[in-house]
Amino acid sequence: MTISTARLARRRAKDIAFKAFCVLVTVLALTALAAILWSLLTQGLGGLNLDVFTRSTPAPGSRGGLANAIVGSIAMCGLAMVIALAVGILAGTWLAEYGGRSAYGAVIRFLNDVLLSAPSILVGLFVYEILVAPFHTFSGLAGAVALAMLAIPVIVRTTEDVLLLQAATLREAGVALGAPLSFVIRTILWRSAQSGLLTGALLAFARISGETAPLLFTALNYQFFSLDLRHPTASLPVVIFNFALSAYDDWRRLAWAGALLIAGAVLAVTIVARIVAQEQKRS
Amino acid sequence: MNTLNPAMEDFETSIADVDRAAVKVDVRNLDFFYGKSPALKGVSIPFATNKVTALIGPSGCGKSTLLRTLNRMYALYPGQRAQGEILLDGENILSPGVDLARLRARVGMVFQKPTPFPMSVYDNVAYGVRLYETLAKPDMDARVEEALTRAALWNEVKDNLKGSGLGLSGGQQQRLCVARGIAVRPEVLLLDEPTSALDPISSAKLEETVTRLKTDHTIVIVTHNLGQAARVSDYTGFMYLGELVEFGPTENLFQRPATRRTSDYITGRFG
Repeated sequence: MTISTARLARRRAKDIAFKAFCVLVTVLALTALAAILWSLLTQGLGGLNLDVFTRSTPAPGSRGGLANAIVGSIAMCGLAMVIALAVGILAGTWLAEYGGRSAYGAVIRFLNDVLLSAPSILVGLFVYEILVAPFHTFSGLAGAVALAMLAIPVIVRTTEDVLLLQAATLREAGVALGAPLSFVIRTILWRSAQSGLLTGALLAFARISGETAPLLFTALNYQFFSLDLRHPTASLPVVIFNFALSAYDDWRRLAWAGALLIAGAVLAVTIVARIVAQEQKRS
Repeated sequence: MNTLNPAMEDFETSIADVDRAAVKVDVRNLDFFYGKSPALKGVSIPFATNKVTALIGPSGCGKSTLLRTLNRMYALYPGQRAQGEILLDGENILSPGVDLARLRARVGMVFQKPTPFPMSVYDNVAYGVRLYETLAKPDMDARVEEALTRAALWNEVKDNLKGSGLGLSGGQQQRLCVARGIAVRPEVLLLDEPTSALDPISSAKLEETVTRLKTDHTIVIVTHNLGQAARVSDYTGFMYLGELVEFGPTENLFQRPATRRTSDYITGRFG
């Protein structure tokens, strides 16, 4: 066999070009990310102080913080995640273990994929129609439901995917002992898939924690401290939206601080969840 | 019976060699389908009480399929169905009224790849027992110890029963699965190529375990390893293309195979 050097050289050149291209786009993507984080840190850190956590949103020029928005966001995201985890994990489990192969299952999966990319403002409008308009008041509850509707498709999708990744023999091994399938799912499969389920929950949380559009029509905003989700409720994204576009320097500083808080919260939740998952895997 | 089989007469005699009264599971004229494609055609085979029966044959011959009818594992999958009779102590387990949980408590199974559950060694073994019995802590402890001892794993794990079953080596995981299966005290134990994912030393240990277990259990083992079939089994069935070609005492089948196909297979000429 004769080896063509020209051919080898051409192949090598293509190989180098492809690798260089991969490195280039990775650098581009990471640069953008780093730039965002950098501006967040430089602009946000200056606005962070104790008042941010202890005082509610101020009138322009007066002393204030983000306490009402922080608490409102935690309450609405928390409630939304409870609803979304219950519905999403059960629906994803049904798709993976029971109905996935039926025509009805295919329809549900398709609709879920559509919801996955639905514009969040539409979800806000929909919840406005069913939970705000009939009761003649904006409310934190409506906000939580709107956020849940954005989180559910993410959780359904990841739940189905990670359950289908579990070895069929694990399922069969449980059933072979005489356990009903539902018992095997709850005691073995969910546990075996827990790090994947956790990833899905984190993705969903990260998605909803910064959502503004669905809250504009549902929770609206509230300038005082309140724990009552039956009434309009402040949230970080909506406060950022309002304050960032304002003409007042102190409001814009608070908006940056709020943005930094959301990014920090997502980071913290991710790290804690990873640690918990590692601990459980070891035990 | 299977009229397509050229060795039918020999085959009939060898089945007659098994003492009818000592048959634990009697498969009669079994057909099996994956959707529309047949995987088993008119298979009849007896599994003798407290003996080891090996099923051998080339890949895709239906031996695992046959094994999976014995605890009706196939019922998990719509589209798979069995026709014919499988008598467990005279009762047809294919009839619609059969309680699958009760059946699987009587017929345990160990799979090709180790399938430890994501929980502690102790909980793995207790998992099946807890489905059927409410035992006080000391009784459960005793049951777990007994099962692990009989699966030849106790000495290796007794100091770390709370450790994860996933932390054991492949061979230990497989013996853990055996322990989990026998902790329920099944009458029949199905082993689906239990050593194919194990190294030779672990395989040898598992084979010893199998030989010891037959004092209490009727064992059916599917294997690609002919040496293993010869070592551990009392009876052997050779399957090909969904049919049982030959069945008999292991010694006879390996030393004086009645059909050309069987002798070709065991001498390595095909398969």
